[in-house]
Amino acid sequence: MGMTMTQKILAAHAGLPEVKAGQLIVAKLDLCLGNDITAPVAVNEFERCGACKVFDKSRIALVMDHFTPNKDIKAAEQVKRVREFANKFDIDNYFDVGRMGVEHAVLPEQGLVGPGDCVIGADSHTCTYGALGAFSTGVGSTDLAAAMATGTAWFKVPSAIKVELTGKLSKYVTGKDVVLHLIGMIGVDGALYKSLEFTGDGVAALSMDDRLCIANMAIEAGAKNGIFPVDDVTLAYVNGRFKREVRIFEADPDAEYESVVKIDLSELRPTVAFPHLPENTKTIDECNGQVKIDQVVIGSCTNGRMEDMRAAAEILKGRKVAKGVRCIIIPATQQIWLDSMREGLFDIFIEAGAAVSTPTCGPCLGGHMGILAAGERAVSTTNRNFVGRMGHVESEVYLASPYVAAASAVTGYITDPATL
Amino acid sequence: MVVQGKVHKYGDNVDTDVIIPARYLNTSNHQELAAHCMEDIDKDFVKRVQPGDIIVANKNFGCGSSREHAPIAIKASGISCVIASTFARIFYRNAINIGLAILECDEAAKDIQAGDEVKVDFDTGVIENLTTGKKYQAEPFPPFIQNIIEKGGLLNAINNRL
Ligand code: SF4
Repeated sequence: MGMTMTQKILAAHAGLPEVKAGQLIVAKLDLCLGNDITAPVAVNEFERCGACKVFDKSRIALVMDHFTPNKDIKAAEQVKRVREFANKFDIDNYFDVGRMGVEHAVLPEQGLVGPGDCVIGADSHTCTYGALGAFSTGVGSTDLAAAMATGTAWFKVPSAIKVELTGKLSKYVTGKDVVLHLIGMIGVDGALYKSLEFTGDGVAALSMDDRLCIANMAIEAGAKNGIFPVDDVTLAYVNGRFKREVRIFEADPDAEYESVVKIDLSELRPTVAFPHLPENTKTIDECNGQVKIDQVVIGSCTNGRMEDMRAAAEILKGRKVAKGVRCIIIPATQQIWLDSMREGLFDIFIEAGAAVSTPTCGPCLGGHMGILAAGERAVSTTNRNFVGRMGHVESEVYLASPYVAAASAVTGYITDPATL
Repeated sequence: MVVQGKVHKYGDNVDTDVIIPARYLNTSNHQELAAHCMEDIDKDFVKRVQPGDIIVANKNFGCGSSREHAPIAIKASGISCVIASTFARIFYRNAINIGLAILECDEAAKDIQAGDEVKVDFDTGVIENLTTGKKYQAEPFPPFIQNIIEKGGLLNAINNRL
Protein backbone atom coordinates (compact mmCIF):
# COMPACT_ATOMS: atom_id res chain seq x y z
CA MET A 1 0.00 0.00 0.00
CA GLY A 2 1.35 3.42 -0.95
CA MET A 3 1.83 6.35 1.40
CA THR A 4 0.19 9.77 1.50
CA MET A 5 2.36 12.89 1.21
CA THR A 6 2.19 13.36 4.97
CA GLN A 7 3.15 9.74 5.63
CA LYS A 8 6.15 10.05 3.33
CA ILE A 9 7.47 13.10 5.16
CA LEU A 10 6.94 11.39 8.51
CA ALA A 11 8.68 8.20 7.34
CA ALA A 12 11.68 10.19 6.11
CA HIS A 13 11.96 12.03 9.44
CA ALA A 14 11.56 8.83 11.46
CA GLY A 15 14.29 7.13 9.40
CA LEU A 16 11.86 4.42 8.29
CA PRO A 17 11.32 3.08 4.75
CA GLU A 18 7.58 3.08 5.32
CA VAL A 19 4.92 4.04 7.88
CA LYS A 20 1.25 3.14 8.20
CA ALA A 21 -1.74 5.00 9.59
CA GLY A 22 -2.01 4.39 13.33
CA GLN A 23 1.68 3.60 13.81
CA LEU A 24 3.44 5.42 16.66
CA ILE A 25 6.78 6.91 15.63
CA VAL A 26 9.44 9.29 16.91
CA ALA A 27 10.45 11.80 14.22
CA LYS A 28 13.29 14.31 13.90
CA LEU A 29 12.16 17.91 13.74
CA ASP A 30 13.39 20.63 11.42
CA LEU A 31 11.94 23.37 13.58
CA CYS A 32 9.93 23.79 16.77
CA LEU A 33 7.92 26.87 17.71
CA GLY A 34 6.48 28.52 20.80
CA ASN A 35 4.71 31.81 21.54
CA ASP A 36 4.31 34.09 24.55
CA ILE A 37 1.44 31.97 25.94
CA THR A 38 2.79 28.47 25.37
CA ALA A 39 6.56 29.02 25.64
CA PRO A 40 6.54 30.15 29.30
CA VAL A 41 4.92 26.82 30.24
CA ALA A 42 7.45 25.00 28.04
CA VAL A 43 10.37 26.86 29.62
CA ASN A 44 9.14 25.84 33.09
CA GLU A 45 8.91 22.21 31.99
CA PHE A 46 12.27 22.35 30.21
CA GLU A 47 13.95 23.53 33.39
CA ARG A 48 12.03 21.19 35.65
CA CYS A 49 13.18 18.11 33.76
CA GLY A 50 16.79 19.14 34.17
CA ALA A 51 17.65 19.71 30.50
CA CYS A 52 20.82 21.79 30.38
CA LYS A 53 20.99 22.54 26.67
CA VAL A 54 18.78 22.97 23.63
CA PHE A 55 19.16 20.53 20.74
CA ASP A 56 19.90 23.23 18.16
CA LYS A 57 19.62 26.97 18.77
CA SER A 58 18.93 27.63 15.09
CA ARG A 59 15.92 25.30 14.97
CA ILE A 60 13.83 26.86 17.71
CA ALA A 61 11.56 29.82 17.00
CA LEU A 62 10.02 31.83 19.84
CA VAL A 63 7.50 34.46 18.75
CA MET A 64 6.05 36.94 21.24
CA ASP A 65 2.82 37.74 19.42
CA HIS A 66 -0.31 37.08 21.47
CA PHE A 67 -0.29 39.70 24.22
CA THR A 68 2.40 41.98 22.78
CA PRO A 69 3.19 44.84 22.95
CA ASN A 70 2.59 43.60 26.50
CA LYS A 71 -0.99 44.24 27.50
CA ASP A 72 -0.42 44.09 31.25
CA ILE A 73 2.11 43.29 33.95
CA LYS A 74 1.46 39.55 33.96
CA ALA A 75 1.90 39.34 30.17
CA ALA A 76 5.12 41.33 30.49
CA GLU A 77 6.41 38.86 33.09
CA GLN A 78 5.57 35.94 30.80
CA VAL A 79 7.47 37.45 27.87
CA LYS A 80 10.38 38.34 30.13
CA ARG A 81 10.67 34.71 31.13
CA VAL A 82 10.91 33.63 27.49
CA ARG A 83 13.27 36.48 26.58
CA GLU A 84 15.66 35.39 29.35
CA PHE A 85 15.50 31.80 28.15
CA ALA A 86 16.21 32.91 24.56
CA ASN A 87 19.18 34.97 25.73
CA LYS A 88 20.55 32.19 27.89
CA PHE A 89 20.56 29.68 25.03
CA ASP A 90 21.31 32.28 22.34
CA ILE A 91 18.21 31.28 20.35
CA ASP A 92 18.61 32.65 16.79
CA ASN A 93 14.94 33.09 16.01
CA TYR A 94 13.53 35.02 18.93
CA PHE A 95 10.95 37.55 17.71
CA ASP A 96 9.94 40.38 20.01
CA VAL A 97 8.28 43.78 19.51
CA GLY A 98 9.88 45.55 16.55
CA ARG A 99 10.88 42.32 14.76
CA MET A 100 7.79 40.45 15.65
CA GLY A 101 4.96 39.25 13.46
CA VAL A 102 2.10 36.84 14.06
CA GLU A 103 4.00 33.56 14.22
CA HIS A 104 2.42 31.72 11.28
CA ALA A 105 2.90 34.73 9.04
CA VAL A 106 6.45 35.47 10.13
CA LEU A 107 7.95 31.96 9.91
CA PRO A 108 7.16 31.31 6.23
CA GLU A 109 8.03 34.92 5.35
CA GLN A 110 11.44 34.66 7.00
CA GLY A 111 12.16 31.34 5.28
CA LEU A 112 12.29 29.36 8.53
CA VAL A 113 9.96 26.65 7.22
CA GLY A 114 9.79 25.07 3.78
CA PRO A 115 8.97 22.08 1.61
CA GLY A 116 9.60 18.65 3.10
CA ASP A 117 10.05 19.94 6.66
CA CYS A 118 8.72 18.26 9.77
CA VAL A 119 7.66 21.00 12.19
CA ILE A 120 5.82 21.21 15.49
CA GLY A 121 4.62 24.31 17.26
CA ALA A 122 2.97 24.88 20.59
CA ASP A 123 0.17 26.64 18.78
CA SER A 124 -2.73 24.95 17.07
CA HIS A 125 -2.36 26.90 13.81
CA THR A 126 1.13 25.53 13.21
CA CYS A 127 -0.62 23.50 10.50
CA THR A 128 -0.29 26.67 8.34
CA TYR A 129 3.08 25.58 6.90
CA GLY A 130 1.44 22.66 5.11
CA ALA A 131 0.85 25.29 2.41
CA LEU A 132 4.57 25.00 1.63
CA GLY A 133 4.53 21.20 1.39
CA ALA A 134 5.74 20.63 4.95
CA PHE A 135 4.33 18.33 7.61
CA SER A 136 3.53 20.71 10.39
CA THR A 137 1.22 20.37 13.34
CA GLY A 138 0.20 22.01 16.58
CA VAL A 139 1.13 20.45 19.92
CA GLY A 140 1.24 21.58 23.54
CA SER A 141 3.88 23.14 25.73
CA THR A 142 5.21 19.87 27.14
CA ASP A 143 5.79 18.63 23.59
CA LEU A 144 7.65 21.87 22.87
CA ALA A 145 9.81 21.45 25.99
CA ALA A 146 10.70 17.91 24.95
CA ALA A 147 11.37 19.05 21.37
CA MET A 148 13.67 21.88 22.47
CA ALA A 149 15.67 19.34 24.47
CA THR A 150 15.73 16.41 22.05
CA GLY A 151 14.85 17.73 18.57
CA THR A 152 12.25 14.97 18.28
CA ALA A 153 8.55 14.41 18.86
CA TRP A 154 6.24 11.40 19.00
CA PHE A 155 3.45 11.10 16.46
CA LYS A 156 0.67 8.74 15.63
CA VAL A 157 0.80 8.46 11.83
CA PRO A 158 -2.46 9.94 10.51
CA SER A 159 -4.78 8.61 7.87
CA ALA A 160 -5.92 11.16 5.32
CA ILE A 161 -8.80 12.81 3.53
CA LYS A 162 -8.09 13.89 -0.03
CA VAL A 163 -9.49 17.27 -1.03
CA GLU A 164 -9.64 17.56 -4.80
CA LEU A 165 -9.79 21.12 -6.05
CA THR A 166 -10.84 21.95 -9.61
CA GLY A 167 -11.63 25.19 -11.41
CA LYS A 168 -10.72 28.74 -10.49
CA LEU A 169 -11.98 31.18 -7.88
CA SER A 170 -14.16 34.03 -9.11
CA LYS A 171 -13.85 37.70 -8.20
CA TYR A 172 -14.06 38.40 -4.44
CA VAL A 173 -13.77 34.68 -3.60
CA THR A 174 -10.58 33.72 -1.74
CA GLY A 175 -8.75 30.94 0.06
CA LYS A 176 -10.75 31.88 3.16
CA ASP A 177 -13.99 31.05 1.39
CA VAL A 178 -12.53 27.71 0.22
CA VAL A 179 -11.62 26.64 3.73
CA LEU A 180 -14.83 27.92 5.35
CA HIS A 181 -16.80 26.04 2.68
CA LEU A 182 -14.79 22.88 3.39
CA ILE A 183 -15.32 23.13 7.17
CA GLY A 184 -19.01 23.76 6.55
CA MET A 185 -19.11 20.53 4.52
CA ILE A 186 -17.20 18.20 6.84
CA GLY A 187 -17.70 19.86 10.25
CA VAL A 188 -15.36 20.93 13.03
CA ASP A 189 -14.41 17.32 13.73
CA GLY A 190 -14.71 16.14 10.12
CA ALA A 191 -10.98 15.48 9.82
CA LEU A 192 -10.28 14.60 13.48
CA TYR A 193 -6.78 13.05 13.88
CA LYS A 194 -6.40 13.02 10.05
CA SER A 195 -4.46 14.84 7.34
CA LEU A 196 -6.23 16.99 4.79
CA GLU A 197 -4.27 16.54 1.56
CA PHE A 198 -5.14 19.12 -1.10
CA THR A 199 -4.71 18.05 -4.73
CA GLY A 200 -6.14 18.64 -8.17
CA ASP A 201 -5.90 21.11 -11.06
CA GLY A 202 -7.40 23.84 -8.93
CA VAL A 203 -4.30 24.07 -6.72
CA ALA A 204 -2.12 25.71 -9.39
CA ALA A 205 -4.28 28.85 -9.53
CA LEU A 206 -4.23 29.38 -5.77
CA SER A 207 -1.72 31.96 -4.58
CA MET A 208 0.61 31.20 -1.68
CA ASP A 209 -1.39 33.56 0.55
CA ASP A 210 -4.55 31.60 -0.31
CA ARG A 211 -2.84 28.30 0.46
CA LEU A 212 -1.45 29.57 3.77
CA CYS A 213 -4.96 30.67 4.74
CA ILE A 214 -6.47 27.29 3.78
CA ALA A 215 -3.82 25.19 5.56
CA ASN A 216 -4.09 27.52 8.58
CA MET A 217 -7.70 26.48 9.21
CA ALA A 218 -7.18 22.70 8.77
CA ILE A 219 -7.25 22.51 12.58
CA GLU A 220 -10.74 24.03 12.51
CA ALA A 221 -11.88 20.76 10.91
CA GLY A 222 -10.02 18.87 13.66
CA ALA A 223 -7.20 17.88 11.28
CA LYS A 224 -3.71 17.01 12.42
CA ASN A 225 -2.33 18.80 9.37
CA GLY A 226 -3.31 20.20 6.01
CA ILE A 227 -0.86 19.90 3.15
CA PHE A 228 -0.42 21.17 -0.42
CA PRO A 229 1.75 19.69 -3.17
CA VAL A 230 4.95 21.55 -4.02
CA ASP A 231 4.65 23.32 -7.38
CA ASP A 232 5.94 26.40 -9.20
CA VAL A 233 4.02 28.72 -6.87
CA THR A 234 5.73 27.09 -3.87
CA LEU A 235 9.17 27.19 -5.39
CA ALA A 236 8.78 30.81 -6.44
CA TYR A 237 7.78 31.63 -2.86
CA VAL A 238 10.59 29.78 -1.07
CA ASN A 239 13.28 30.71 -3.57
CA GLY A 240 15.71 33.12 -1.91
CA ARG A 241 13.94 32.83 1.46
CA PHE A 242 14.16 29.26 2.66
CA LYS A 243 17.58 28.53 4.03
CA ARG A 244 17.55 24.73 4.04
CA GLU A 245 17.37 22.26 1.19
CA VAL A 246 13.98 21.96 -0.53
CA ARG A 247 12.73 18.36 -0.30
CA ILE A 248 9.77 17.48 -2.45
CA PHE A 249 7.54 14.61 -1.36
CA GLU A 250 4.58 13.36 -3.37
CA ALA A 251 1.79 10.98 -2.41
CA ASP A 252 2.09 7.54 -4.01
CA PRO A 253 -0.45 6.89 -6.78
CA ASP A 254 -1.89 4.06 -4.67
CA ALA A 255 -1.93 6.00 -1.39
CA GLU A 256 -4.93 5.19 0.77
CA TYR A 257 -7.45 7.91 1.62
CA GLU A 258 -10.35 7.48 4.03
CA SER A 259 -12.50 9.66 1.85
CA VAL A 260 -12.36 12.13 -1.03
CA VAL A 261 -13.95 15.58 -0.93
CA LYS A 262 -14.38 17.43 -4.24
CA ILE A 263 -14.63 21.18 -4.48
CA ASP A 264 -15.15 23.10 -7.72
CA LEU A 265 -13.56 26.45 -6.93
CA SER A 266 -15.51 28.22 -9.66
CA GLU A 267 -18.79 27.43 -7.86
CA LEU A 268 -17.80 28.93 -4.52
CA ARG A 269 -19.34 32.11 -3.16
CA PRO A 270 -18.00 34.40 -0.44
CA THR A 271 -18.71 32.44 2.74
CA VAL A 272 -19.32 33.49 6.35
CA ALA A 273 -19.13 31.32 9.48
CA PHE A 274 -21.80 32.32 11.99
CA PRO A 275 -21.37 32.04 15.77
CA HIS A 276 -20.24 29.95 17.57
CA LEU A 277 -18.51 27.35 15.39
CA PRO A 278 -16.49 27.66 12.16
CA GLU A 279 -18.77 24.97 10.63
CA ASN A 280 -21.86 27.22 10.84
CA THR A 281 -21.32 28.54 7.34
CA LYS A 282 -23.63 30.47 5.03
CA THR A 283 -22.91 31.90 1.63
CA ILE A 284 -23.01 35.68 1.40
CA ASP A 285 -26.23 35.34 -0.61
CA GLU A 286 -27.93 33.80 2.41
CA CYS A 287 -27.00 36.63 4.77
CA ASN A 288 -26.27 39.74 2.70
CA GLY A 289 -27.31 42.90 4.53
CA GLN A 290 -29.03 41.00 7.35
CA VAL A 291 -26.58 41.07 10.23
CA LYS A 292 -25.77 44.38 11.89
CA ILE A 293 -22.22 44.65 13.20
CA ASP A 294 -20.20 46.76 15.62
CA GLN A 295 -16.62 45.89 14.76
CA VAL A 296 -14.47 44.60 11.91
CA VAL A 297 -11.07 43.00 12.41
CA ILE A 298 -8.80 42.40 9.42
CA GLY A 299 -5.61 40.57 10.32
CA SER A 300 -4.30 37.41 12.08
CA CYS A 301 -2.34 34.36 10.95
CA THR A 302 -5.29 33.51 8.70
CA ASN A 303 -5.72 36.78 6.80
CA GLY A 304 -3.11 39.34 7.78
CA ARG A 305 -0.88 38.92 4.72
CA MET A 306 -0.16 41.24 1.82
CA GLU A 307 -2.99 40.03 -0.42
CA ASP A 308 -5.39 40.51 2.49
CA MET A 309 -4.21 44.09 3.01
CA ARG A 310 -4.65 44.75 -0.70
CA ALA A 311 -8.13 43.21 -0.70
CA ALA A 312 -9.16 45.43 2.22
CA ALA A 313 -7.72 48.48 0.48
CA GLU A 314 -9.47 47.65 -2.79
CA ILE A 315 -12.81 47.81 -0.97
CA LEU A 316 -12.06 50.71 1.37
CA LYS A 317 -10.53 52.96 -1.28
CA GLY A 318 -12.59 56.15 -1.53
CA ARG A 319 -15.17 54.79 0.91
CA LYS A 320 -15.82 55.34 4.62
CA VAL A 321 -16.27 52.96 7.51
CA ALA A 322 -19.93 53.16 8.55
CA LYS A 323 -20.86 55.32 11.51
CA GLY A 324 -20.83 53.28 14.72
CA VAL A 325 -18.46 50.62 13.35
CA ARG A 326 -14.86 50.21 14.55
CA CYS A 327 -12.60 48.83 11.83
CA ILE A 328 -9.23 47.53 13.06
CA ILE A 329 -6.60 46.47 10.52
CA ILE A 330 -3.54 44.57 11.68
CA PRO A 331 -0.83 43.68 9.14
CA ALA A 332 0.59 40.39 10.41
CA THR A 333 4.32 41.17 10.23
CA GLN A 334 6.72 44.11 10.21
CA GLN A 335 7.48 43.37 6.53
CA ILE A 336 3.80 43.40 5.58
CA TRP A 337 3.46 46.64 7.54
CA LEU A 338 6.32 48.21 5.60
CA ASP A 339 5.03 46.96 2.25
CA SER A 340 1.49 48.17 3.01
CA MET A 341 2.83 51.55 4.03
CA ARG A 342 4.95 51.87 0.89
CA GLU A 343 2.07 50.85 -1.36
CA GLY A 344 -0.01 53.63 0.16
CA LEU A 345 -2.56 51.26 1.69
CA PHE A 346 -2.42 53.01 5.06
CA ASP A 347 -3.56 56.27 3.46
CA ILE A 348 -6.61 54.41 2.20
CA PHE A 349 -7.29 52.78 5.58
CA ILE A 350 -6.87 55.93 7.64
CA GLU A 351 -8.87 58.08 5.23
CA ALA A 352 -11.66 55.50 5.40
CA GLY A 353 -11.71 55.82 9.18
CA ALA A 354 -10.06 52.51 10.06
CA ALA A 355 -7.40 52.03 12.75
CA VAL A 356 -4.08 50.35 11.89
CA SER A 357 -2.21 48.44 14.59
CA THR A 358 1.33 47.14 14.94
CA PRO A 359 1.48 43.34 14.35
CA THR A 360 -0.18 41.35 17.17
CA CYS A 361 -2.66 38.52 17.65
CA GLY A 362 -4.53 40.94 19.90
CA PRO A 363 -8.28 40.74 19.28
CA CYS A 364 -8.16 37.34 17.53
CA LEU A 365 -8.11 35.54 20.86
CA GLY A 366 -9.76 38.26 22.90
CA GLY A 367 -6.42 39.34 24.26
CA HIS A 368 -6.39 43.09 23.69
CA MET A 369 -6.68 45.73 20.92
CA GLY A 370 -10.37 45.26 20.17
CA ILE A 371 -12.30 43.32 22.81
CA LEU A 372 -16.07 43.04 22.35
CA ALA A 373 -18.69 44.06 24.93
CA ALA A 374 -21.82 42.03 25.73
CA GLY A 375 -24.15 41.86 22.76
CA GLU A 376 -21.63 43.19 20.24
CA ARG A 377 -20.97 41.56 16.89
CA ALA A 378 -17.76 41.50 14.89
CA VAL A 379 -16.93 40.38 11.38
CA SER A 380 -13.40 39.07 11.61
CA THR A 381 -10.91 37.58 9.17
CA THR A 382 -9.56 35.37 11.99
CA ASN A 383 -10.20 31.67 12.35
CA ARG A 384 -12.32 31.02 15.46
CA ASN A 385 -15.74 32.23 16.53
CA PHE A 386 -16.15 30.25 19.74
CA VAL A 387 -18.14 31.61 22.69
CA GLY A 388 -16.18 34.49 24.22
CA ARG A 389 -13.35 34.21 21.70
CA MET A 390 -13.11 37.97 21.11
CA GLY A 391 -14.38 39.19 24.45
CA HIS A 392 -17.63 38.97 26.40
CA VAL A 393 -19.39 35.58 26.41
CA GLU A 394 -22.44 37.28 24.96
CA SER A 395 -20.53 38.79 22.02
CA GLU A 396 -20.50 37.23 18.56
CA VAL A 397 -17.83 36.67 15.92
CA TYR A 398 -18.59 36.10 12.22
CA LEU A 399 -15.65 34.74 10.22
CA ALA A 400 -15.14 35.98 6.67
CA SER A 401 -12.58 37.01 4.06
CA PRO A 402 -10.96 40.47 3.99
CA TYR A 403 -13.23 41.44 1.07
CA VAL A 404 -16.40 40.65 3.00
CA ALA A 405 -15.01 42.12 6.23
CA ALA A 406 -14.08 45.40 4.54
CA ALA A 407 -17.40 45.61 2.69
CA SER A 408 -19.21 45.00 5.99
CA ALA A 409 -17.20 47.79 7.61
CA VAL A 410 -18.49 50.16 4.92
CA THR A 411 -22.19 49.34 5.32
CA GLY A 412 -22.34 48.26 8.98
CA TYR A 413 -23.99 44.98 7.96
CA ILE A 414 -22.47 41.72 6.70
CA THR A 415 -22.18 42.60 3.03
CA ASP A 416 -21.36 41.09 -0.35
CA PRO A 417 -18.48 43.19 -1.73
CA ALA A 418 -19.98 42.89 -5.22
CA THR A 419 -23.06 44.87 -4.13
CA LEU A 420 -21.21 47.97 -2.91
CA MET B 1 -5.50 3.05 39.32
CA VAL B 2 -9.15 3.57 40.20
CA VAL B 3 -10.92 6.92 40.56
CA GLN B 4 -14.46 7.74 41.63
CA GLY B 5 -16.46 10.94 41.62
CA LYS B 6 -19.52 12.92 40.67
CA VAL B 7 -20.09 13.82 37.03
CA HIS B 8 -20.12 17.26 35.42
CA LYS B 9 -21.68 16.82 31.99
CA TYR B 10 -21.13 18.83 28.78
CA GLY B 11 -22.11 18.56 25.11
CA ASP B 12 -20.24 18.55 21.78
CA ASN B 13 -17.21 20.63 20.80
CA VAL B 14 -16.26 22.03 24.21
CA ASP B 15 -13.37 24.26 23.13
CA THR B 16 -10.30 25.38 25.03
CA ASP B 17 -11.54 29.00 24.92
CA VAL B 18 -14.40 28.10 27.26
CA ILE B 19 -12.29 25.69 29.36
CA ILE B 20 -9.86 28.51 30.12
CA PRO B 21 -10.58 31.87 28.46
CA ALA B 22 -7.61 33.64 26.86
CA ARG B 23 -8.06 36.63 29.16
CA TYR B 24 -6.59 34.48 31.95
CA LEU B 25 -3.65 33.16 29.93
CA ASN B 26 -1.31 35.86 31.16
CA THR B 27 -0.35 33.41 33.89
CA SER B 28 0.78 29.80 33.95
CA ASN B 29 0.13 29.34 37.66
CA HIS B 30 -1.94 26.16 38.01
CA GLN B 31 -4.16 27.34 40.87
CA GLU B 32 -4.88 30.70 39.19
CA LEU B 33 -5.89 28.83 36.03
CA ALA B 34 -8.06 26.40 38.02
CA ALA B 35 -9.91 29.35 39.56
CA HIS B 36 -11.34 30.16 36.08
CA CYS B 37 -11.80 26.61 34.78
CA MET B 38 -14.92 26.20 32.58
CA GLU B 39 -15.92 29.77 33.43
CA ASP B 40 -17.41 30.66 30.04
CA ILE B 41 -19.53 27.51 29.71
CA ASP B 42 -20.42 26.79 33.34
CA LYS B 43 -19.70 29.67 35.66
CA ASP B 44 -20.54 27.73 38.83
CA PHE B 45 -18.24 24.81 37.98
CA VAL B 46 -15.47 26.14 40.20
CA LYS B 47 -17.89 26.40 43.17
CA ARG B 48 -19.38 22.91 42.65
CA VAL B 49 -16.33 20.84 41.77
CA GLN B 50 -15.02 18.43 44.42
CA PRO B 51 -11.67 16.63 44.32
CA GLY B 52 -12.06 13.40 42.37
CA ASP B 53 -15.01 14.58 40.26
CA ILE B 54 -15.27 13.48 36.64
CA ILE B 55 -16.06 15.43 33.47
CA VAL B 56 -18.15 13.64 30.85
CA ALA B 57 -18.69 15.23 27.43
CA ASN B 58 -19.71 14.32 23.91
CA LYS B 59 -17.60 14.62 20.76
CA ASN B 60 -14.49 16.72 20.02
CA PHE B 61 -13.77 17.75 23.63
CA GLY B 62 -10.94 20.28 23.91
CA CYS B 63 -11.03 21.56 20.33
CA GLY B 64 -9.43 24.86 19.40
CA SER B 65 -6.26 26.39 20.73
CA SER B 66 -3.25 24.29 21.73
CA ARG B 67 -3.12 25.83 25.18
CA GLU B 68 -1.90 23.25 27.68
CA HIS B 69 -3.46 25.56 30.25
CA ALA B 70 -6.76 23.81 29.47
CA PRO B 71 -5.90 20.30 30.74
CA ILE B 72 -3.78 21.92 33.47
CA ALA B 73 -6.78 23.98 34.67
CA ILE B 74 -9.00 20.89 34.64
CA LYS B 75 -6.46 18.78 36.52
CA ALA B 76 -5.69 21.53 39.05
CA SER B 77 -9.41 22.00 39.72
CA GLY B 78 -9.44 18.47 41.13
CA ILE B 79 -10.98 16.58 38.20
CA SER B 80 -9.72 12.99 38.24
CA CYS B 81 -10.71 11.96 34.72
CA VAL B 82 -12.38 13.22 31.54
CA ILE B 83 -14.55 10.81 29.56
CA ALA B 84 -15.69 11.87 26.07
CA SER B 85 -16.98 10.39 22.81
CA THR B 86 -13.88 11.83 21.12
CA PHE B 87 -11.18 14.32 22.02
CA ALA B 88 -9.64 16.99 19.80
CA ARG B 89 -6.16 15.77 19.01
CA ILE B 90 -4.00 18.45 20.64
CA PHE B 91 -6.02 18.24 23.86
CA TYR B 92 -5.64 14.44 23.82
CA ARG B 93 -1.90 14.79 23.42
CA ASN B 94 -1.57 17.49 26.07
CA ALA B 95 -3.62 15.54 28.60
CA ILE B 96 -1.34 12.53 28.19
CA ASN B 97 1.79 14.69 28.31
CA ILE B 98 0.77 16.36 31.61
CA GLY B 99 -0.80 13.26 33.16
CA LEU B 100 -4.53 14.11 33.11
CA ALA B 101 -6.43 10.84 32.75
CA ILE B 102 -8.75 10.73 29.74
CA LEU B 103 -10.84 7.98 28.19
CA GLU B 104 -12.73 7.80 24.91
CA CYS B 105 -16.02 5.91 25.20
CA ASP B 106 -18.94 7.03 23.08
CA GLU B 107 -21.57 4.89 24.84
CA ALA B 108 -20.58 6.02 28.33
CA ALA B 109 -20.33 9.63 27.17
CA LYS B 110 -23.88 9.56 25.85
CA ASP B 111 -25.48 7.60 28.73
CA ILE B 112 -23.93 9.14 31.81
CA GLN B 113 -25.80 12.10 33.24
CA ALA B 114 -24.79 15.11 35.33
CA GLY B 115 -24.63 14.22 39.01
CA ASP B 116 -24.14 10.45 38.47
CA GLU B 117 -21.50 8.80 40.63
CA VAL B 118 -18.96 7.12 38.34
CA LYS B 119 -16.00 4.81 38.98
CA VAL B 120 -13.19 4.38 36.44
CA ASP B 121 -10.53 1.65 36.41
CA PHE B 122 -7.68 2.74 34.11
CA ASP B 123 -5.95 -0.64 34.13
CA THR B 124 -8.95 -2.40 32.65
CA GLY B 125 -10.65 0.56 30.91
CA VAL B 126 -13.91 -0.28 32.71
CA ILE B 127 -16.21 2.65 33.48
CA GLU B 128 -18.95 1.94 36.01
CA ASN B 129 -21.94 4.19 36.61
CA LEU B 130 -22.67 3.53 40.30
CA THR B 131 -25.92 5.51 40.09
CA THR B 132 -27.45 3.30 37.37
CA GLY B 133 -25.31 0.19 37.82
CA LYS B 134 -24.35 0.18 34.13
CA LYS B 135 -20.81 -0.72 32.99
CA TYR B 136 -18.90 0.36 29.88
CA GLN B 137 -15.66 -0.82 28.32
CA ALA B 138 -13.28 1.89 27.05
CA GLU B 139 -10.31 1.31 24.78
CA PRO B 140 -7.12 0.97 26.89
CA PHE B 141 -4.09 3.09 25.94
CA PRO B 142 -1.50 1.61 23.54
CA PRO B 143 1.77 0.56 25.30
CA PHE B 144 3.73 3.53 23.90
CA ILE B 145 1.37 5.96 25.62
CA GLN B 146 1.03 3.78 28.71
CA ASN B 147 4.79 4.20 29.08
CA ILE B 148 4.52 8.01 29.02
CA ILE B 149 1.76 7.92 31.62
CA GLU B 150 3.57 5.37 33.82
CA LYS B 151 6.70 7.51 33.85
CA GLY B 152 4.53 10.45 34.99
CA GLY B 153 4.40 12.40 31.74
CA LEU B 154 6.44 13.00 28.61
CA LEU B 155 9.35 14.83 30.21
CA ASN B 156 9.98 12.12 32.76
CA ALA B 157 9.75 9.58 29.95
CA ILE B 158 12.46 11.34 27.93
CA ASN B 159 14.56 12.20 30.99
CA ASN B 160 16.58 9.01 30.63
CA ARG B 161 17.57 10.10 27.14
CA LEU B 162 18.86 13.56 28.11
S1 SF4 C 1 -3.60 35.30 15.08
FE1 SF4 C 1 -5.10 34.24 16.35
S2 SF4 C 1 -5.13 32.14 15.65
FE2 SF4 C 1 -3.29 33.12 14.81
S3 SF4 C 1 -1.67 32.60 16.25
FE3 SF4 C 1 -2.53 34.56 16.87
S4 SF4 C 1 -4.15 34.07 18.37
FE4 SF4 C 1 -3.64 32.20 17.27
